[in-house]
Amino acid sequence: MIEFDGISKRFPDGTLAVDNFSLRLPSREITVFVGSSGSGKTTLLRMINRMVEPTSGRILIDDEDVAQLNPVTLRRRIGYVMQNSGLLPHRTVLQNIATVPLLNRVPRAEAVARARELMDTVGLDAAFANRYPAELSGGQQQRVGVARGLAVNPNILLMDEPFGAVDPIVRRELQEELLRLQQELAKTIVFVTHDIDEAFLLGDHVTILARGGQIAQHGTPDEILSNPASEFVADFIGADRGRRALTLRESNGRTLVVDGTGRIAGVLGAETATGPVSVGAGGRDEHLGEITLGTEAAEAPHEVAPAVNDAPTASGVPEVDTPR
Amino acid sequence: MSWLFENFSDVWALAVTHVALSVPPILLGLIISVPLGWFAHRYRWGRGTLLTIAGLLYTIPSLALIIAMPTILGTQILDPINLIAALTLYAVALLVRTAADAFDQVSPQVLDAATALGYGPWRRFWQVQFPLAAPIIIAGTRVVSSSTVSLVTLGALVGMSGLGYLFTDGTQRSFPFEIGVGIVGTVLIALIFDLIIVLIGKALLPWSRTRRVRAKTNAETLEVTTNA
Repeated sequence: MIEFDGISKRFPDGTLAVDNFSLRLPSREITVFVGSSGSGKTTLLRMINRMVEPTSGRILIDDEDVAQLNPVTLRRRIGYVMQNSGLLPHRTVLQNIATVPLLNRVPRAEAVARARELMDTVGLDAAFANRYPAELSGGQQQRVGVARGLAVNPNILLMDEPFGAVDPIVRRELQEELLRLQQELAKTIVFVTHDIDEAFLLGDHVTILARGGQIAQHGTPDEILSNPASEFVADFIGADRGRRALTLRESNGRTLVVDGTGRIAGVLGAETATGPVSVGAGGRDEHLGEITLGTEAAEAPHEVAPAVNDAPTASGVPEVDTPR
Repeated sequence: MSWLFENFSDVWALAVTHVALSVPPILLGLIISVPLGWFAHRYRWGRGTLLTIAGLLYTIPSLALIIAMPTILGTQILDPINLIAALTLYAVALLVRTAADAFDQVSPQVLDAATALGYGPWRRFWQVQFPLAAPIIIAGTRVVSSSTVSLVTLGALVGMSGLGYLFTDGTQRSFPFEIGVGIVGTVLIALIFDLIIVLIGKALLPWSRTRRVRAKTNAETLEVTTNA
């Protein structure tokens, strides 16, 4: 468990990045910090491994105050994945993944064997082992970054907009990969993003941050979507507009779900014998499935199957581009 | 040509002296410049001061500096240390700026990542920052190497040995061939030094070649996929 206890951070230039932030992040689950720039989300993340020191307050990992720990040793037992992968350009893929175990004096052969295993875990072809990061595509580099973050088998994985710089298709792949990994590994993951869709897709818990690290709302995606705590949250998650403001429309004997922009988002599940009743792999897409319906459909008890995933649209409904 | 055969052992001895006088300024220049360059990179105020001093140093006429050295250092007039010290100063003057630039171009994000992985400051410098700055520092060292090898010939004007002796001696005896031997010898030494530095760079920095590979083909991802 990671606990923020009255954390504040004022940078030397006077900006108050985080103001009296307190929150408990449960173990073995994904907590997503989401907010626009200036919300202090990255600052909060970087305080966990002491890349940034709080001005006041404490951060506890399993009841141990991180301020009491040696920052270098602390960082070596926490996985860190960042945007643009942050790979060491002068080390091969294998060397990059084995970096932290080698810093921890794990015998070389063992570290390399473990790195090869991890390449497999994150879906990287073994042929890349001896390539340098510059020879890889953005998505492949990001996979190496994830493998490196997992190399010491840390309990905690910090992810700072790790998929922010890759194209939408690759991002979707990586997100699904992360969810698959998390089912196997069950790490305590703190994930920072400015993308609310990513937050709802990945997070067991989502913390929506306003300026200065103020918690606008914290809860499961379901709780936040069904009951936005404020105007700000409703606006931020776009609950009453665009892709999330769904209404129903009868057409050719079927009930279509139409989003706020007037586009067809999907077909209502119970009405379509051949159509997808639930969409997506794994049980996680329920967050997207339980999108709040507009008032016209509030009484409809059906399960909505939006075509936002790359699942087959057997019902013949045009696929809807997910705005990113 | 027969002159060269008859005097080959003398010329060889001069060449060996020339090498012996060239190597210390290059190495010392490198050793001094890297920390200074890092300092200039790290601290803004240090940068202005250091780079200005380096620039000024380089404007001092080389012969004047060599002649002034015994007074500054309190050494004998014919002590080779005079030449080595003067040329080291020139090497530093050239290399400090290069080293500062080299550290500047290392991606701060990569350094940040290294810290996040658990590199301590010292280890981070040696295993990440310095290796990533090295290609540019090596390029700068090649320039310094060539300039040092040619400047060593000036030592002959203040009575020091080296291939420069062939210039002064050849001029006094009005014997252009001897001067030609001196020039060719100096160029050869410079080329060999350059080759050695390039080879050392390639051995130490195998990764720096991959950048060129990447620049060559934009279809690099495609190629990687097919190879896999």
